[in-house]
Amino acid sequence: MIKRAVGFFDDRLGVAPGARKLLRYVFPDHWSFLLGEIALNAFLVLVATGIFLAFYYTPSDADTVYRGAYEPLQGLGMTEAYWSTINLSLDVPAGLLMRQTHHWAANLMIVAITLHLLRILLTGAVRRPREINYLVGVTLLAVTVLEGFAGYSLPDDLLSGMGLVIAYGVAMSIPLLGGDLSFLIWGGEYPGSAEFFPRLYITHVLLVPGLIAGLIGAHLAMIARQHHTQFRGKVATERNVVGYPLWPGYALKSGGLLLITAAVLFLLGGLVQINPIWQWGPYEPYLSTNGAQPDWYLGWLLGGLRLMPALEIQLGSWTVVPNPFWGGLAFPTLVFLTMYAWPWIDRRWLGDHRRHELLDLPRDNPRRTAIVMSYFSWVLVVFVAGSIDRLYFRSTIPYEAQIWFLRIAVVVVPVITYFAVKRLCGELRDLERHPLRGWNGKVVRRTPAGGFETLELEEGIPAAGRDGADGAGDGARQPAATAGASAGDEERRAR
Amino acid sequence: MSPPPSGPRQGRLRGLVTGLLRRRREPSPREGDGGPPQGEAERYEFDAGPNRRAENLILLALGGASLAAVCFAVLFVVLPDTQLLGIALGGSFALLGLAAILAGKKVVPQEIAIEERTDFGDEQVQEEVAEMVSGAGAGVSRRKLLIGAAGATGATVGASALVPAAALGPAVGEIVAQTPWSCGRRVVDSQDRPVKPEDVTVGTFITGFPEGASRRELGSSIVLVKVPPNELEIPARLRAVAPEGVLAFSKICPHAGCAIGIYRHPLFEPTSERPALVCPCHYSTFDVRRGGTLEFGPAGRDLPQLPLMLNPEREILAAGEFLEQIGPSYLRIRKDALDR
Repeated sequence: MIKRAVGFFDDRLGVAPGARKLLRYVFPDHWSFLLGEIALNAFLVLVATGIFLAFYYTPSDADTVYRGAYEPLQGLGMTEAYWSTINLSLDVPAGLLMRQTHHWAANLMIVAITLHLLRILLTGAVRRPREINYLVGVTLLAVTVLEGFAGYSLPDDLLSGMGLVIAYGVAMSIPLLGGDLSFLIWGGEYPGSAEFFPRLYITHVLLVPGLIAGLIGAHLAMIARQHHTQFRGKVATERNVVGYPLWPGYALKSGGLLLITAAVLFLLGGLVQINPIWQWGPYEPYLSTNGAQPDWYLGWLLGGLRLMPALEIQLGSWTVVPNPFWGGLAFPTLVFLTMYAWPWIDRRWLGDHRRHELLDLPRDNPRRTAIVMSYFSWVLVVFVAGSIDRLYFRSTIPYEAQIWFLRIAVVVVPVITYFAVKRLCGELRDLERHPLRGWNGKVVRRTPAGGFETLELEEGIPAAGRDGADGAGDGARQPAATAGASAGDEERRAR
Repeated sequence: MSPPPSGPRQGRLRGLVTGLLRRRREPSPREGDGGPPQGEAERYEFDAGPNRRAENLILLALGGASLAAVCFAVLFVVLPDTQLLGIALGGSFALLGLAAILAGKKVVPQEIAIEERTDFGDEQVQEEVAEMVSGAGAGVSRRKLLIGAAGATGATVGASALVPAAALGPAVGEIVAQTPWSCGRRVVDSQDRPVKPEDVTVGTFITGFPEGASRRELGSSIVLVKVPPNELEIPARLRAVAPEGVLAFSKICPHAGCAIGIYRHPLFEPTSERPALVCPCHYSTFDVRRGGTLEFGPAGRDLPQLPLMLNPEREILAAGEFLEQIGPSYLRIRKDALDR
């Protein structure tokens, strides 16, 4: 049967040699390599649930009146966009499940990409020859955040509108061009012309997802061409790839991970409420709510806008740089430009131009880890500023004091993080070099008579030695590995 | 090609034997034709053998997944409850995923393979390619001129093709500066009723609109607050447009355009903070007694004030346009459009 199928296609298309190579394709294995895969899986769930939503959603700001099943909104005037989202949530069978799953998947996808990015930076995976693929990955993060925001804005509920008006304010603040540019996007002054929602919709369901799909394709094609990186191991070297062949074990496990990702997302979508837009109500430019929080991945932009002091640059009768530009555009642009430049910064600072197929453990390179974590902590403090108003409503600390605290923290925390992480990594590295690591199973003990005796313990290795050796193949780093290291290798291989 | 190491478990030993037998039956490529083809993986560890317990578990998980999937379909027709649908669909995916992972880890042959990495960067080929590319210019007399002209033309055509994008929206020009407010326009509340000074109480704000105009425009909505006239700290000519201490401001924050939603009004003066209107998005805080001047937060401008007056029926009317431009800042919005 299988032979006939293979024959059918190979006779016509000559696919057998390629298939042989594909089925034997080797994937190195480590839990942290799954983060990118989870992001891909979330994207697939997003496409599937998104198609369902697209069959019901109406991208229109035309006025209509609600006459559906949800009593509190009866007779309320609203746009068709909001009406159709309420309708698909409350009147279409499984509609709310699909919408909530879609929303959870968007949040998960960006979590996975962010953690994946941290893994890549901390292990030095951006080094030669993988700079191009890293740039594609950073672009994917930027584009996915944009896509998330577009989706967040479509329902035209109160939170959507508050997000969109801030986006309008930020677009207006672009020096010189802002006013005309945002009029082109919105088709006029905010809330925009009737064309705005169709524009937003086609951006969210076609233009950006198409771009994301293309970038993911390029990302995977480059991994296939270069092979995945691997951690140092007993047999893993700079010259080879050690891991599971695609067929059958790896394919089954990978497919299993896709199904488990989908399972978690559908369970969240069914059981854990997210963005109950019927509670927020429809948006009008004169409405707002206190303590509004956007999706988590917008928190750092919100924080940037909040932390910035009231600074606008005036030149004669012109406002050259309006305030939202600093937090809403200059800050994220700086963050992304630094990330784009990172492979070259890494190379320059660490003076390493060689080709690398082996990954570092974060502690192997304390300086790199310290720089990355310090940078990350900087963005994290700004992110915290995005949620600080929740504390304002729950504590007696005045909002102004909190903001001033964070304005100082934004400078101080990265410095502290740098030195703390550098020290921590250095000590972890030194711990590995501790003599106990190479323990040979013998203990020297003082006898009651005052002499010394050597005892051989058969149980094996004390916990400290085991833990050290159980990492990703420290055997190769210590050629003179003794009982501790080789037992760890055995254990690893027995998985 | 080292033989797989013996593990502690008996099943593993059995797997090892079957693995070895299997390999003997089908000789490895190295024995056959002197090594695997270039760029293909070589077997390093191999372990196969029946694991009935895992197979049983997989059958169980597959059965459960089918059951959950059928439940989903039935629920969809009978009782489309979001929670139940989520459990059924999520459960079927979870069990199917579990079966796939179990199969991948415990049932199919376990193999670790090694592949030599292929080298990129053959300088000779790189040179050849570079020559092939530049070879297109062989025998062309005015190469640089042609390339320059083609580049310039490409840029011109591309830029022209982008011109229709300019029709996506109007020029920003006068539109932003226009609001529905003008001298004599009556202020109404959200129920379209005219507003009198006694409707506005000290310590709360109400939202007002221009009578008969679209409320969706950024320039429409205003916040009305009342401050006892003796507490006002504004020049006399601004006091004149705040009848009976009623002040009106644009409801749209001049920072990023959110609607002002918080009125911070102290209960215990003078120890607590002064009364202020606060934008809930980025907490720009505007001092009401000082006529909406910025007290804290990121806004680059003060809250624009709308001058008010009363008609003989004591209804509140606009006494003119906003004293400053409303809405988020952009190039042509001035901080000091009108001197306070």
